[in-house]
Amino acid sequence: MLIKKRQRDDVEIPGSSLADIAFLLLIFFLVTTTINVDTGIGLVLPPIPDDTEPPPIRERNMLKILVGAQGQILINEEITSMVEVRQKVKDFVINPLNDPNLSESPDMAIVSIKTDRRTPYNVYVDMLDEVKGAYLELRNQESMAQFGVPYRALEQDGVPQRTIRDLIPERISLAEPE
Amino acid sequence: MAHFKKKSKPKQSVPTSAMPDVVFMLLIFFMVTTVLREVELRVQIEFARAENIEKIEQKRLVSYIYIGPERLPNNRLGETKIQIDDSLVDDMGAIRTIMYDKLMEQPRLIVSLRVDRNTEFGIITDVKQELRHANTLRINYSTLRQ
Repeated sequence: MLIKKRQRDDVEIPGSSLADIAFLLLIFFLVTTTINVDTGIGLVLPPIPDDTEPPPIRERNMLKILVGAQGQILINEEITSMVEVRQKVKDFVINPLNDPNLSESPDMAIVSIKTDRRTPYNVYVDMLDEVKGAYLELRNQESMAQFGVPYRALEQDGVPQRTIRDLIPERISLAEPE
Repeated sequence: MAHFKKKSKPKQSVPTSAMPDVVFMLLIFFMVTTVLREVELRVQIEFARAENIEKIEQKRLVSYIYIGPERLPNNRLGETKIQIDDSLVDDMGAIRTIMYDKLMEQPRLIVSLRVDRNTEFGIITDVKQELRHANTLRINYSTLRQ
């Protein structure tokens, strides 16, 4: 016996409103999204010292920057204004005239930063910015001389960038609090 | 007068069948880039500004510590407080444990310090000491471009 197949209606999910639903979701995510890039000054803290003595550092290889409670800046016990910081750091690191009071070579130079407990944060950041700026300028100079492009234009973590970084390492030391 | 027959225009319409696909692409892009839950700030932070700053590319490595005057009702500001995630931390020693736990979860953790520009530096020194004890050594002072 032959049973005739029942003819089915065309079953289909209506897809015309799909776009509308997707649009709604899209608008929701558009509104809630915050594409904010985190920017800031990166530093690496020194680990907690153990009992071993820190390696001796010659006096001339260390630039001591002290930021006082009122925001005054002392570089090697000398009052310095914010605009002079960059030049002083650059002179110290490169030491173009081979001054016996400044660093022996760029890779031995250490910038030591010390702050008072009442130092305003923005003065500290401005100062750190100047020091970072000095290092970036020096690296740019070196990079221009060697590769003809600024430091930041070099490939991230590539060999040229690392060469520059080895030549002019950024050694910023944060003094132990008392 | 001659009678001109109107030229019949071909039917013009933009094909819309691919529209849902396009919209879905956009949707997926925004879904992936969205960070839905920003923490509710309980301290007031006015960022410091600097020029020589770097971007943190890998956002998932970052954990934030907020330091600034506490927000009180009626728009008043209280004492300087430290906030990690959603809660204020009163006990300095707790920072060490919290950050150590975070470091265990993410060994390449970067701690971003979001500090109000008028904060005194002493509290930051204390926080930094705690971070050193927790061995979370990569930090970042969050600043905006000048």
